[in-house]
Amino acid sequence: MEVLFYIAAAVTVLATLRVITHVHPVHALLYLVVALIALALIFYLLGAQFAAALEIIIYGGAIMVLFIFVVMLLGPLAVEQERTWLTPSAWVGPSILALVLLGEVAYLIAAGDHPSMAVAEPKQKAVSIALFGPYIIGVELASMLLLPGLIGAYHLGRRLSKEAR
Amino acid sequence: MLSTPALVLAIMLFGLGLIGLLSRRNILYMLLSLEIMLNAAALAFIAGGARWGQVDGEIMFLFILTLAAAEVSVALGIVLQLSHRFRTLDADAFCEMRG
Repeated sequence: MEVLFYIAAAVTVLATLRVITHVHPVHALLYLVVALIALALIFYLLGAQFAAALEIIIYGGAIMVLFIFVVMLLGPLAVEQERTWLTPSAWVGPSILALVLLGEVAYLIAAGDHPSMAVAEPKQKAVSIALFGPYIIGVELASMLLLPGLIGAYHLGRRLSKEAR
Repeated sequence: MLSTPALVLAIMLFGLGLIGLLSRRNILYMLLSLEIMLNAAALAFIAGGARWGQVDGEIMFLFILTLAAAEVSVALGIVLQLSHRFRTLDADAFCEMRG
């Protein structure tokens, strides 16, 4: 467990370093996705399985897709530009880091001892009960945050399309 | 226990995000650095929750996730507006308010 944690931590830090030092947005996003997946593995090792799944689904999936859409919208999307963005050499770094993570996950599955699996289900139950018990006001506040976020994003996007016409 | 190294990792990630936020002038990278810092805070919450065996850490992670989703959707809309009006993503170019 300890060794797996340190390998995942090294992958996270390396990928994050490449994110903040890279020039190409698409390459930086590739590295950020790898960093988020490594962080999800760390969450799993810390015993937060649900958080690990959410990290991959929402951060690595939804939020990164938003970023990629915006990067694609910013520049003129031409085949030539994609070719310069996604050269084969750009895939080498993220692929190596992702392969390290894949090896860790394969080891976790092959080892078969999931010490945190036995406590996972009652813990999820406790999280849910606490979320809709003492933290219900937080859930309401989150919903009150999401609605202005939705309206704000819609407003900002709508004015843009009107001016473009 | 993995909590202490996890907290150290959270500090390192937060520092990297802060360095990126302060050193980069491209507004898209500043947003990415913000995401990294939010992730570091979430990692600290998860590590704390694992250390004390409490569920509050994971609940705070859920709230951070919600906050990040709302923040990114609005901020990316602003990025699109800025790139549309100023034809650049350089944060120093947005100096109309003489800030």
